[in-house]
Amino acid sequence: MARYFTEEHEWIDLEGDTATVGITDYAQGQLGDIVFVELPESGTMLEKGKDAAVVESVKAASDVYAPISGEVTEANAALEDDPALVNTSPEEDGWFFRMTVSDKSQLEGLMDDKAYKSFCDEL
Amino acid sequence: MGCFSAVRGASMLATKGCVLSDNTDTPQEIEQLPLDAWHRRKGARMVPFAGYEMPIQYSAESGGGIVAEHEWTRSQAGLFDVSHMGQLMLTGENVAAELEKLLPGAITTLKPGKVRYSLLIDEDGGILDDLMVTNATPWIEADEEAGTEGHWGDPAYYLVVNGAMKWDDIAHLREHLPDEVTLTHMDEHALVALQGPNAATALNRVMRNTIEDMIFMESVVHDFGEWPLRITRAGYTGEDGFEISVPAEFAESLCDRLCAEIEVRPCGLGARDSLRLEAGLPLYGHDITTETDPVSADLGFALTKRRREDGGWMGHEKVMDVFNSGPARKRVGLTFEGRLPAREGAKVFDGDTEIGRITSGGFSPSLGHPIAMGYLEKSHIEPGTEVEVEVRNKRLPAKVTTMPFVPHRYHRGK
Repeated sequence: MARYFTEEHEWIDLEGDTATVGITDYAQGQLGDIVFVELPESGTMLEKGKDAAVVESVKAASDVYAPISGEVTEANAALEDDPALVNTSPEEDGWFFRMTVSDKSQLEGLMDDKAYKSFCDEL
Repeated sequence: MGCFSAVRGASMLATKGCVLSDNTDTPQEIEQLPLDAWHRRKGARMVPFAGYEMPIQYSAESGGGIVAEHEWTRSQAGLFDVSHMGQLMLTGENVAAELEKLLPGAITTLKPGKVRYSLLIDEDGGILDDLMVTNATPWIEADEEAGTEGHWGDPAYYLVVNGAMKWDDIAHLREHLPDEVTLTHMDEHALVALQGPNAATALNRVMRNTIEDMIFMESVVHDFGEWPLRITRAGYTGEDGFEISVPAEFAESLCDRLCAEIEVRPCGLGARDSLRLEAGLPLYGHDITTETDPVSADLGFALTKRRREDGGWMGHEKVMDVFNSGPARKRVGLTFEGRLPAREGAKVFDGDTEIGRITSGGFSPSLGHPIAMGYLEKSHIEPGTEVEVEVRNKRLPAKVTTMPFVPHRYHRGK
């Protein structure tokens, strides 16, 4: 399984033709205490760079954009009852949604673990 | 993720400013306050607010985070830097009577050492700012050598105004107060607020019990060693607590001293905002503006009866029109089920009819559900009235409620 990172602080796990998407530990740290996550329903067609989800922290609402294009196959129902999972386990249990990958070439140019880490170090 | 590039309303991120930033503020240089380095050493995330770099929250490693700081203040004592606020001293023979021409509170009858919440009102009855007025007239001790008895010194009034509004306030006061009144901007002073049920315990321990007799809305000058402090029992969280005005050069030492107490932790603007929202206290620039009057804002308690009847203050006629006929819209509280917060600007509906707007809202850490305040049509302001609030094309059921959402716990004495 390969994990990719975007400059918008999302991670993408690719397993066959399915991708799992979430936000990184760095991102949750910047957002602070998360109280609500609005996720796309199954069947929603996402287009790279367009609205996919909204994260509400105590203070503010922030958009999450689709890192790649595809169709949502599952949203993480656990976030409905426990949105703080994004704070406590952002890169595992706090995943946002699963989706199909319309165009694998969109993954090209995304960062790997090491590149993302040095990207964050420079922020 | 869009929180770094496109944010709804505002962002928590240092690079983007914060949701607390005042929309009435004009672009200006971002300045640093006396406690800037102290905050950074404590792991604060600094954001521009009211023209200054201010701590929005402290690092999670040191027990920070908005919710943690909020809960700490509700259970222990939080130390907030509010040095961005304007501290003004007005002196002169008729200063109380002159001040009464610009605000609707009774100032001439305010006794030395007492504090009153008030409002600067414009000619149209709109709110220019809200502020605290303290009668700071000093007591002059008897002097046997000079043969004088103890007596009150020259009248002095200490004002604390909003940071984002202070330059406008100073200009307004200078324009309308006579030359006999001297206005001093105490910009060499920091202001910190110690808030929470254990604030008095901690402060009394530090100050050797010298402030234990104070009650809510009282203020004293207290020389703590070489630090000349003004300590006022008031705040913006709904909890018991104190605001301490301190010369900038001693501010770090004072904060270190307070934070050495087991009950005290530094808290940022984020927690300050969620605390004041739960306490039902309006935030200038959001819940009250020049577009709102004191009656619609449900701040009628700031309109002293004598002053309502006798008038003689700017905007009196306009405000009394609303007072007598009743406001068309009024500021009320709203509570929500679920977890999705409705924020500033959200529209409120009864069926298809828009009946109001949210002026501030968020998730209440103490209550575990979203709360908001906003202005609703008078037909819908009764507590218990069910309405709907629109958030991203969804309708959230909400209920009108009395404020505060979380009861105040001021120390009013026996």
